[in-house]
Amino acid sequence: MMRVSTDVFVVGAGGAGMYAAIAAAREGADVIVADKSLISRGGATIMAQMTVASAVGHEEPDHWTHHLSDTIEAGHGLCNEELSAILCEESVTRIHEMDEWKVGWARVEGRMTQVHAPGHGLKRCVYVDYLNTGPAVARALRGEVAQRPGIRRASGLAVIEIVVQNGEAVGAVAIDVESGETVLVEAGAIVMAAGGLTKLYKRNSASINMGGEAYAMALRAGAELIDMEFVQFFPIGHLAPRMVGMDPIMWDPFRYKVGGRLLNGNFEEFIHNYGASDGGNYTARRDVASYAIYKEVEEGRGSPHGGVWLSFDHIDPEVMKEKFGPMMGRLAKNGIDLQKSAVEVSPIAHYHMGGIRVDSEMKTRIPGLYAAGEAVGGANGATRLSGNAIPEAFVFGERAGKFGAAFAKGRSRAPIDENLATIVLSEPKSQLKKGAAPDGSATALMTELQALMWDNVGLFRTGEKLEQALQRIREMQRDDLRNITIPDDAPFNQALLDWYELRAGLLCAESVTLAAINRPESRGAHQREDIPDASPQFERNQTIELAGDELVTGWAEVPRISYTLEEKQAAVI
Amino acid sequence: MSEDLKTTLNVYRGAAGEEARYEQFEVPHEEGASVLDALVWVRENQDASLAFRYSCVSANACKECMILVDGKVNYACTAKLNTGTVTVEPLAKKKLIRDLVTDIVPPKERLGSPDAE
Repeated sequence: MMRVSTDVFVVGAGGAGMYAAIAAAREGADVIVADKSLISRGGATIMAQMTVASAVGHEEPDHWTHHLSDTIEAGHGLCNEELSAILCEESVTRIHEMDEWKVGWARVEGRMTQVHAPGHGLKRCVYVDYLNTGPAVARALRGEVAQRPGIRRASGLAVIEIVVQNGEAVGAVAIDVESGETVLVEAGAIVMAAGGLTKLYKRNSASINMGGEAYAMALRAGAELIDMEFVQFFPIGHLAPRMVGMDPIMWDPFRYKVGGRLLNGNFEEFIHNYGASDGGNYTARRDVASYAIYKEVEEGRGSPHGGVWLSFDHIDPEVMKEKFGPMMGRLAKNGIDLQKSAVEVSPIAHYHMGGIRVDSEMKTRIPGLYAAGEAVGGANGATRLSGNAIPEAFVFGERAGKFGAAFAKGRSRAPIDENLATIVLSEPKSQLKKGAAPDGSATALMTELQALMWDNVGLFRTGEKLEQALQRIREMQRDDLRNITIPDDAPFNQALLDWYELRAGLLCAESVTLAAINRPESRGAHQREDIPDASPQFERNQTIELAGDELVTGWAEVPRISYTLEEKQAAVI
Repeated sequence: MSEDLKTTLNVYRGAAGEEARYEQFEVPHEEGASVLDALVWVRENQDASLAFRYSCVSANACKECMILVDGKVNYACTAKLNTGTVTVEPLAKKKLIRDLVTDIVPPKERLGSPDAE
């Protein structure tokens, strides 16, 4: 067993985790930032294609309060407005800081270029060409992390459990993926920055480590989750033809830049039949677009693979070349010529609005435990505005690191009993078999769970389908999970990690399903076919926590800001 | 359409210090499938103990899935899966950990390594 000790331990090294590590180090804390994958390579950040929303006002006059208005409107009454305001206001500073760190925001004549993304009142989203925002952000932060002496990096460290003593988070139990060795981390503060849960859906745009482990660990540590029923489905994920080496959500940036036409199986435009305007622009809200596509397919007007067509054949090839440069070559490699044929698209699970309940310092109700990035719930309410995920990672990461460091400074660290690690890791021990043929695998069960979540707890839900899902999820937790034989291979035992991931995924799936059953209305990303309208009495946040082995839900009033946006604007001017 | 097509995946198995062996898996072949798709299929349906690295969803963003495909360095996610026999092996110039996993972690990103700061 290896023991390490640090002021701030950051779980997850995507945008939020790396920003938290940098911010904590700036406060003089020593930091360990860990990722199950490699630092900056796993998680959602590196997959980001384009838009980063922030009222930097380079393209047209803007103010963060306008960004806040759009964020709150998209959130359908459920935004924790205090968190939303922090996100919008501080994103401006973070965007400029990332600029100093040479992220390479796209520019024309010195000004940052900003595009108009769906749901925004104006051109607000900065980006890095060509469709390279995520990798550029990851690279810039990786560089900043590497050059700060106070930060130790731990690639290939899978965190399994937060250690809580006397009601406070004091460390974590982890497994070194390559060696299989147990690692006991003692920490003054822990920042959960390990992302969301979209991997639990059959069609998703997530990296493989987005299976909800941050939420499950927070639940088991005693923290509350909030609004877990709100999973964002991105309307135009790539469906066909088969494409490799490209992100399935890549068509969105294409539409920001040149429009493109969404057509049903009969090659007719249809978005306008669902109360939204689209015609060449791309301003239909994501939930409306998803609903329209779903309905077209359901009513027999889908494309051959069960989606709709996205066509660019009306756009000048020279314009395409200028706007997308090397992307066109990558498409050609996949046999796709946008001048000759349309592609098929359909909704895909993209982001989780729900998450760990925190205050404005990113603190959970468990002292010492913080959260950042997509792992945090509340800032985006019932639907996230396009472009808010990356600024959320920056802003909440920075705050979690800063406030976590301050907490750690005033706190003494006691050594953690080694037996505790043994107990934490004891659960699947009896299921490990040397050289045995695997008897059912965690990956096969994960595939079943993904299909179940997609079919029953997906875009359009009914009470009946949700109840069926809940029953099967609980059965999988009780029986299937316990009956898997895990091959006992010490170095790089992915099958063991898959088991832990499945355990976490099932707890999250149960949380989402239970929360969806409890919300008898349709709001934002939570659409109940059996109850199609929103109900004012449910303009409340739903909380969920673990009491023993049982998930318990409750309701909380939505935190609102006490000032008017006009007052804020006037104060600045 | 292409339901009957198969690929035989010839896979290097074993940890560092063990004698190398190759195992064959028959994998269904779909139009446009990648070598990574085939490896994931094996893990899910044939042998959960097969070790290989990847993180992003075939977007070629994480760059973790670099292996040898028929003797050539390639990303498993962008290497098209051919029919017939495809041999996959760990990178030859990196230290082997197990199966297709090699030591690609920068030394300074390793907790407890003497190179770590």
